[in-house]
Amino acid sequence: MEAAMGLMRRIPPKHSEAALSALLSLLPHHSADLLSQVDQPLQVLCDVDSGKEFILCEYNRDADSYRSPWSNKYHPPLDDGLYPSQELRKLEMEANDVFTVYCDQYYEGGTSSVYIWENEDEGFIGCFLIKKDGSRTADGRRGYLEEGSWEAIHVIEVVPLDEATARYCLTSSVMLSLTTNDESSGAFSLSGSIRRQMNMDLPVDEGHLCNMGRMVEEMESKLRYSLDQVYFGKTKEMICTLRPPSELVQTSLPEQINKRRS
Amino acid sequence: MSDEEETQPTDEQKIEIAKWFLLNAPAGEIQYIAKDMKAVLQDETLYITAAAEAFPLYNKSHMICLDFPDRSGEVMVTPFSEIGENEYLDPRTAQVAIVDHVNQVCRRARPANDEELPTPYIEEYRYALDIEVTKYVSEAYPKGICSVHCVNGKDVEEPGMDFELVVVISAARLSPQNFCNGSWRSIWNVEFKDEAQLVEVRGTLQVGAHYFEEGNVQLDAKHECKDSTMFTSPEDSAHSVTTIIRHHETEYLNSLQTSYSKLPDATFKDLRRKLPVTRTLFPWHNTSQFSLRKDIQKNLGLEKKK
Repeated sequence: MEAAMGLMRRIPPKHSEAALSALLSLLPHHSADLLSQVDQPLQVLCDVDSGKEFILCEYNRDADSYRSPWSNKYHPPLDDGLYPSQELRKLEMEANDVFTVYCDQYYEGGTSSVYIWENEDEGFIGCFLIKKDGSRTADGRRGYLEEGSWEAIHVIEVVPLDEATARYCLTSSVMLSLTTNDESSGAFSLSGSIRRQMNMDLPVDEGHLCNMGRMVEEMESKLRYSLDQVYFGKTKEMICTLRPPSELVQTSLPEQINKRRS
Repeated sequence: MSDEEETQPTDEQKIEIAKWFLLNAPAGEIQYIAKDMKAVLQDETLYITAAAEAFPLYNKSHMICLDFPDRSGEVMVTPFSEIGENEYLDPRTAQVAIVDHVNQVCRRARPANDEELPTPYIEEYRYALDIEVTKYVSEAYPKGICSVHCVNGKDVEEPGMDFELVVVISAARLSPQNFCNGSWRSIWNVEFKDEAQLVEVRGTLQVGAHYFEEGNVQLDAKHECKDSTMFTSPEDSAHSVTTIIRHHETEYLNSLQTSYSKLPDATFKDLRRKLPVTRTLFPWHNTSQFSLRKDIQKNLGLEKKK
């Protein structure tokens, strides 16, 4: 299993879907572990009632059907599917409405979904998902991207501690890829996936949605920054180490004409 | 998905899967992938078959550089230096390396025989270009290696016929302890056209980087370009061709840097903004204002701002 995770860390992120299905076929006994530890690209379905899209994941799946957060119906229909309690469904509906606006503000398009269901001990789990296609043929406003996708999965486990506070444990993964292609620079493609966790104990006076929302927002901003500055930055640094820009080369001393690889 | 429904993949399928993982290893990482693949396959025989097929392709594609056993020089494993199964020519020392692909070492070397080497006429051009390119690579790349081969017309004895040389440049920086690896590969096809007295140069540049500390982020960039110059003496042609190579590679590096600098504010923004247009964090506690605003926006048919 550790070897499987090692492989997933090295395979180009663009191929992660193919890699995961290959691993699932080789290690069927580990499928539960693999599916929970490796993020797959998000798929969407269209809700039959509202025509709105919703995102598919393990958390709204029952057998081979998926529950829409808009109509609360299973697609394809299921006779005895699992549903959240009335109270949680109310929270879920509010969360979806608010999250749609959040998604709009940050993603200028894209699809979002929130699923909430019971956990043990009066707690519950909320899953916030976002899928954005930023390519110029889709929702890419500025048209830079030949291909671009950002997919985020945030799973928050909420456990009430006492009357006034609750503990929130957030596990987030972001998978992204972007490709630009033009005359002068050819094809330039960056892709990646990272996973982080954040735990907080917060007062519930403003409501769970507020707390969860703020955590998701903070986490997404951190991940975006991290991907941009650290991860992309490191790859850029690597390129400049391989072949320093010409301004630097002129100042280096011309010793060792025969440089050998170590 | 239940285990009973999933049929076990056949041996051929398992071999294909293993090959696929090996071939897709980033620069310098194939041995790590090999180790993990062996553990996942749990079948030594299948792995060996897959490795025997995958490693040669990987090594040639990444243009790995191996030392001769007697340390008399190095040989680059490329499609252009391949003259037989597991045999690779090093034109500089006129030796042929017999290579063990899976272990990525040169097992032994033998002198090249005359049929394997280009004619003196071609060799003049090859040698001159080699000198110039080696000088360029030592200046531009802290740890670069290069090689020049004749891929067409190596038996041409005198002026009057076309021939083609290939320049390969490869640089890799492997820092597994820092979770970062990268590689630069350029392949330059240099066609000497006798009738037009022209030298046409076509380049394919490929750059990759992998950073994997608590994550997995990879860069994959590719660029093609072409240029041409006059067909003159070996030394002058070599000098012009190398100038062309230097010029295009430097330009490409600059455009890569430009792509990176556009990322934070432009390119990335098409995926996710740093902040909403309001420049403030999302008001989770007070979202009723949004439902109202959204209705107004919809009613007035207002376009969303960038």
